[in-house]
Amino acid sequence: MATAVTSKIRFHEPQIEMAHGAGGKASRRLIEGLFVPLLCESSTGILGDAAHIQLDGVRVGITTDGFVVKPLSFPGGSIGELAINGTVNDLAVSGVKAEAIVVTYILEAGLPTEILEAEVRAMAKAAKKAGVIIAGGDTKVVEHGKADGMYISTAGIGRTIPGVTIDPASVRPGDKVLLSGPVGDHGITILLARGELDLEADLTSDTRSVLPLVEALVKAAGPGVRWMRDPTRGGMATSLNELARDCRLGVALYEDDVPVRDTVRGACELLGLDPFHIANEGQFLAVVAPELAEAGLQALRATPGGENASLIGEIREQPAGSVLALTRYGASRIVDMLVGDPLPRIC
Amino acid sequence: MCLAIPGKIVDIIPDVRSLALVEVAGVRRRVDLGLLEADKPKKGDWVLIHVGFAMSKISEQDAIEQMNTLAMLGEAEAALQEIRGYGLGEEENDQAGS
Amino acid sequence: MKFVDEFRAPELINKAADEIRRLADPSRHYRLMEVCGGHTHAIYRFGLKDILPENIELIHGPGCPVCVLPMGRIDDGLSMAQDPNVIFTAFGDMMRVPGMNGSPLEHKARGMDVRIVYSPTDAIKIAQANPDRHVMFFSIGFETTAPSTALTLKRAKSLGLANFSIFCNHVTIIPAIRAILDSPDMRLDGFIGPGHVSTVIGCRPYEWIAANEKKPIVVSGFEPLDILQSIVMLLRQLKNGEARVENQYKRVVPWEGNRAALAAMAEVFQLRPFFEWRGLGFISQSALRIRDTYAEWDAEQRFNVPGLRVTDPKAAQCGEVLKGVLKPAQCKLFGNECTPEHPIGALMVSSEGSCAAYFNYEHRKTAMLTNISASA
Repeated sequence: MATAVTSKIRFHEPQIEMAHGAGGKASRRLIEGLFVPLLCESSTGILGDAAHIQLDGVRVGITTDGFVVKPLSFPGGSIGELAINGTVNDLAVSGVKAEAIVVTYILEAGLPTEILEAEVRAMAKAAKKAGVIIAGGDTKVVEHGKADGMYISTAGIGRTIPGVTIDPASVRPGDKVLLSGPVGDHGITILLARGELDLEADLTSDTRSVLPLVEALVKAAGPGVRWMRDPTRGGMATSLNELARDCRLGVALYEDDVPVRDTVRGACELLGLDPFHIANEGQFLAVVAPELAEAGLQALRATPGGENASLIGEIREQPAGSVLALTRYGASRIVDMLVGDPLPRIC
Repeated sequence: MCLAIPGKIVDIIPDVRSLALVEVAGVRRRVDLGLLEADKPKKGDWVLIHVGFAMSKISEQDAIEQMNTLAMLGEAEAALQEIRGYGLGEEENDQAGS
Repeated sequence: MKFVDEFRAPELINKAADEIRRLADPSRHYRLMEVCGGHTHAIYRFGLKDILPENIELIHGPGCPVCVLPMGRIDDGLSMAQDPNVIFTAFGDMMRVPGMNGSPLEHKARGMDVRIVYSPTDAIKIAQANPDRHVMFFSIGFETTAPSTALTLKRAKSLGLANFSIFCNHVTIIPAIRAILDSPDMRLDGFIGPGHVSTVIGCRPYEWIAANEKKPIVVSGFEPLDILQSIVMLLRQLKNGEARVENQYKRVVPWEGNRAALAAMAEVFQLRPFFEWRGLGFISQSALRIRDTYAEWDAEQRFNVPGLRVTDPKAAQCGEVLKGVLKPAQCKLFGNECTPEHPIGALMVSSEGSCAAYFNYEHRKTAMLTNISASA
């Protein structure tokens, strides 16, 4: 079987670059061109945030995620919380309620124990808040100079939430796009926390479990929920472009209706960044059938943490495979995935 | 070239050459006022920031005038249409939208 | 955001677009060039072409300092940082620009100490914090950015900072505009003039365009209303057969420019006899070098620079696109061999380069989309 599959490899770049991990186009090329042909039986499978498998007639969801962040600790959270919430969220947007997580710590020799302890405490706290158990783990230590202090990898498992089936193939023109809250908080917080740009703002990461919001949406609009995703690295632009590609339809975005905090906007204008490309750790997008979209939106708004949920766009026939942002004055622009991470600019 | 953004001076940093704390929608950064020595901005002034330097003071007066001009675009034409509608005769040769 | 949001008001944008439609003579085809890469970016980002009448064509000019930098200069800069003792600092714009063996970011992934700074003064701070290392700042930009580099050099001198130098790649805008107007294939009706460069040089340096070339030029701001108002002003001049320099960006641009900024530049820089512009060839008196009085902080004096000339592949039509003779999509490499992911020419590298801007924001919009209106 290996020989037959090898011929399907479409990744021909000689070495791995940073861009391949940024969540944008380069990442997608690596995943679709190398991992999928070699690891998946069918290379035409849709790549979601989690996978569903049947175990003795029970449908469970599993996911895995890696956490690499500098600095380890930042306003609003730290790598430990990202690890728990990120795993829970990947499952939640796949219609799965996380039950258990296992963790691998890759630690750099020389990491102060008190930092490790702080992260483990943060993870325990986040797990309790999210209602998951940390069922086990593994530890490896690498030489000083590697691992930026620590890297964390997780795997999470849970049962499917009844009443919802996520399937991009079920997305139809006319479906509405909902967003749970303001975008850009996490990525800008991290950028500022690195200290290289000498900018200061009262901003914190939005890291949190979105499970309660997902459950509220499903309760109000379950049969109409077609697709969900948590827009992490690469921002909502990447997630929506993936949607457009997977369902072969167009996403029309009402630019002015996307919630963005003033400080995030200010930082983006100052640095020449687009909030649509900035990472989030506590938000999710959902495509909902038009007759249930309003009910879904109201349910989100009524849930603590969902007050800024908004209807930000709709699915259309065109531009198929792309995302188009519409302005209030009748103009539009394509919103594309980035290649690598967004970079500040002065020009 | 030229990503330059308006920011408000919220503090002049004491004892340091030409440095001010400028705020853009809640984001703060120290900005060098060295290019505006001739007409030193004060706390509360708005300046245009580029690569950490203030390039120019922003004139609120000019901004207001510009908004007024923009708001009146087409007004002259609309007024003229109305007058033509009264059928006062020889106005047909006027210039459009002055 | 004050002084930003007002100039993005949808109702006023619609009014300005209506006025443009009223003023534009249906029997004429207008070719207006926006010189500055920032304007190119704004035009695409705000979708302004969608609301302009068909007979107004916006031609993208060469005012993109990353786009016009020859690849050899990037390699020169990177060669300085081969020494592990050197820290390579630059604006984010430079980070993905490919050299012969990769971009600064790619070099960083391979172990070079490459850091993004927002301001050249941040590079000084890095030097002060790392007295055992040498910090080299790769500076780029037109006259908007040169004064900040000048003040930074003055500061380095006054601090007696021994472990800091600047690799100067500043270029000047007027020679670029001259090169456009001298180009035989060029037919332009007017210019949307550089906004932020003009805060430094003022509006006088454009007077020859109006007087000698008989073309109107309106110095413009960067918000949608600024650009649209500038087009209104250009159309009015063209209608009346005028050719004048006008200042649309009054709230920020002083007619006489910024004396202090010009003085700082004159103290620290002098004009190079000639400089190679990617896509435009050698242009005399068009770029700045650091004066000998500041030689200690001139990276070109402190390092042995290979000075290699790297020519673009013949198939890349950057020069013609830069001059506005060709549209990005008309270059044979556009969208195939040359994309933002693997850029061949400079115009695809910088996010404000016309090819990159067109690729990212526009080219998948099909004709049927131009009539889509925004939701309520």
